[in-house]
Amino acid sequence: MEAKTKYAFTGTAAQENQLKEVIERHKNQPGGLMPVLQEAQEIYGYLPIEVQSMISEGMGISMSEIYGVATFYSQFSLVPKGENRISICLGTACYVKGADKILEAVENKLGIKSGECTENRLFSLDCTRCIGACGLAPVMMINDDVYGKMTVDKVDSIIDSYIKKSRKGGDK
Amino acid sequence: MMTIEELNKIKAAKEELVLVRRVVSEQGEELSKKTGYRKQVLVCGGTGCTSSGSKKVVEALESSLAQLGIEKEIYVVRTGCFGLCALGPIMIVYPEGCFYSQVTPDGVRRIAEEHLKNGNIVKELLYAETVHEDGSIISLNETRFYKKQLRVALRNCGVINPENIEEYIASDGYQALAKVLTSMTPEEVIDEITKSGLRGRGGGGFPTGRKWSFAKAAEGEIKYVCCNADEGDPGAFMDRSILEGDPHSVIEAMAIAGYSIGASKGYVYIRAEYPIAVQRLSIAVNQAKEYGLLGENIFGTDFCFDIEIRLGAGAFVCGEETALMTSIEGHRGEPRPRPPFPAVKGLFGKPTVLNNVETYANIAQIILKGSEWFSSIGTATSKGTKVFALGGKITNVGLVEVPMGTTLREIVEEIGGGIPNGKKFKAAQTGGPSGGCIPACHIDTPIDYDSLIALGSMMGSGGLIILDEDTCMVDISKFYLEFTVDESCGKCTPCRIGTRRLLQFLEKITSGNGEPEDLEKIEELALHMKSSSLCALGQSAPNPVLSTVKYFRDEYLAHINDKTCPAGVCKSLMYYEIMPGLCRGCTLCARNCPTKAISGQVKTPHVIDKEKCIKCGLCVQNCKFNAIVKK
Repeated sequence: MEAKTKYAFTGTAAQENQLKEVIERHKNQPGGLMPVLQEAQEIYGYLPIEVQSMISEGMGISMSEIYGVATFYSQFSLVPKGENRISICLGTACYVKGADKILEAVENKLGIKSGECTENRLFSLDCTRCIGACGLAPVMMINDDVYGKMTVDKVDSIIDSYIKKSRKGGDK
Repeated sequence: MMTIEELNKIKAAKEELVLVRRVVSEQGEELSKKTGYRKQVLVCGGTGCTSSGSKKVVEALESSLAQLGIEKEIYVVRTGCFGLCALGPIMIVYPEGCFYSQVTPDGVRRIAEEHLKNGNIVKELLYAETVHEDGSIISLNETRFYKKQLRVALRNCGVINPENIEEYIASDGYQALAKVLTSMTPEEVIDEITKSGLRGRGGGGFPTGRKWSFAKAAEGEIKYVCCNADEGDPGAFMDRSILEGDPHSVIEAMAIAGYSIGASKGYVYIRAEYPIAVQRLSIAVNQAKEYGLLGENIFGTDFCFDIEIRLGAGAFVCGEETALMTSIEGHRGEPRPRPPFPAVKGLFGKPTVLNNVETYANIAQIILKGSEWFSSIGTATSKGTKVFALGGKITNVGLVEVPMGTTLREIVEEIGGGIPNGKKFKAAQTGGPSGGCIPACHIDTPIDYDSLIALGSMMGSGGLIILDEDTCMVDISKFYLEFTVDESCGKCTPCRIGTRRLLQFLEKITSGNGEPEDLEKIEELALHMKSSSLCALGQSAPNPVLSTVKYFRDEYLAHINDKTCPAGVCKSLMYYEIMPGLCRGCTLCARNCPTKAISGQVKTPHVIDKEKCIKCGLCVQNCKFNAIVKK
């Protein structure tokens, strides 16, 4: 996925203090950059350029080095992920059974396109290749739950159920 | 600080509690009386059983015991992996040694009342193989799955509570460290390990004793001991299971290695994708520190040793030793050329010993039981046992530990319980993306480091994936190449470009565009990659392709010349056809076809339009007359 710059950095002062504390703890530890990046991702959910730059200043390590490390390991993400990760299968069998319409319905419901994340970070949306559930086509996955034989009508209620379950529920 | 007397005191206090789980029936009942608990219930808390719901089983068990008012008589332990993951969640009741498999919360409530309270074993919930025809119970060690196994590295997995250091101490834990620190010189320790013939379990098979002696001989005030727990092979989970089931065995061995080479600091580099293992290892390190078994002046000697845990971040190449150390140093985990070898110039430029989790799990036993005992197990060049993660098309998916030299046939047919659904064994894949396939004609080969290399595969970390007749060997090579293309770090050209070019050849062949000269080109490219890649990832990436081209050349040729996939896997090369004699014209397939590729009148045989068909197989699933065949 391409790095998107459109996500406004929403870090809070509290998060920044937390990050500073993490940096302080690992600053003089040999090889401390990896633990700092891991803990920073826990604080912010991802590693935007603003966070990398704070780490760079705090640790005294160049931005190019930090960007290099952050993009080397698959666990680090430079774009935010939603609290709930929705994937729509666009494998052939799902596609011809109307997965594109499901995708459209989800996009309309959340107001985002595939590869993006809602502003409140509650949902991120991705398209995947075949997930091997062609018999249930079209298929949508939210986190680890598989929803088979999807119809456009079902989209609303399924997503609403996650909004209710969510910690941030209600403020969408 | 802990003294040896205190260690022995803890051992004596808990010894019987743990021993009940190692002996059977009568002996166990006698012992059980001394422990203060009528029965002990062990529930597997490994990753496999946790995914199949063992947490809920423990909750249901504890609440049932409380309801029945017997919670003080029954001792409940959450252990590491028992090995038989296919039958999870697993629960064992001692002293009887009753093996309940696929336990549900409802089942557990029944077991609590009928068995734990009233003493009547619930036979229909037992693992079927442990119940004899006449109704008597067969000991677990007599079942096909366990009979041929010999547990050295896994000796405590599924027996002790990994979150309780005292249970490890009760199982001779930290006795080897005590022995080494108080009665052996570092040279004697290294000598003992060398004599045992132990070789690295991470894949390469380098003699562990020699590795340690190089690091000992290297000059330097500061040295390091590292543990490679970055188990990245898809299909391998032995290191994870050891860390989940017996983390202290690794900690103790690292301290012994530290004493031998003169290091006072150790690092464990572990995959972040293994949350349970990370958690148990952290608990274990903290407990060891609390008990004075890590830290300053261990057992009152001058020896100090500390361990730090570092998490990986999802890069397969970090399983390579130089890449792993570069990653601990906080950089991109790219390998560097050797020499200098890590024993001379490793982590932070200092002499370093790096061993794999399973290698460490053998160390304490070698010290306690002696190198002669260890070298009496195994083959001429490969001593001891090997843990395999058995997976794929096999009945008993799980973790097995067998003496080196056990044949593939014994593992597949006896321990593994054979291939399900009456299918034929086709090949076994060892060594993951770095290994190769052993075909059915070599099923009687005794498995050790050297026999696998002679067959064009390698031991790797011990993933053993069984393939049956429905597996396409070209497709499986393509799967592994896709993996290495993804995971190549990109530093050296032979690996970065070579893996991609190899994959392109395989894609070409599986899509029906292969040309006869492709196989020679593949072999030539593979040789260049093997000789010129920087690290083992690139050097071994062609192995899956080379070994399948060697043993299953016909299958490649069928794809290339006849444009068919004999196993019926490669979609571009297969098609569905309706047998006119069997089709009743019920229209069910046509109505379910997502692309409207099937046409025909009611009550007359239908036809599939191959142009429109996307080969999703829905028609086959829906046909009630088995009239549709895959060709």
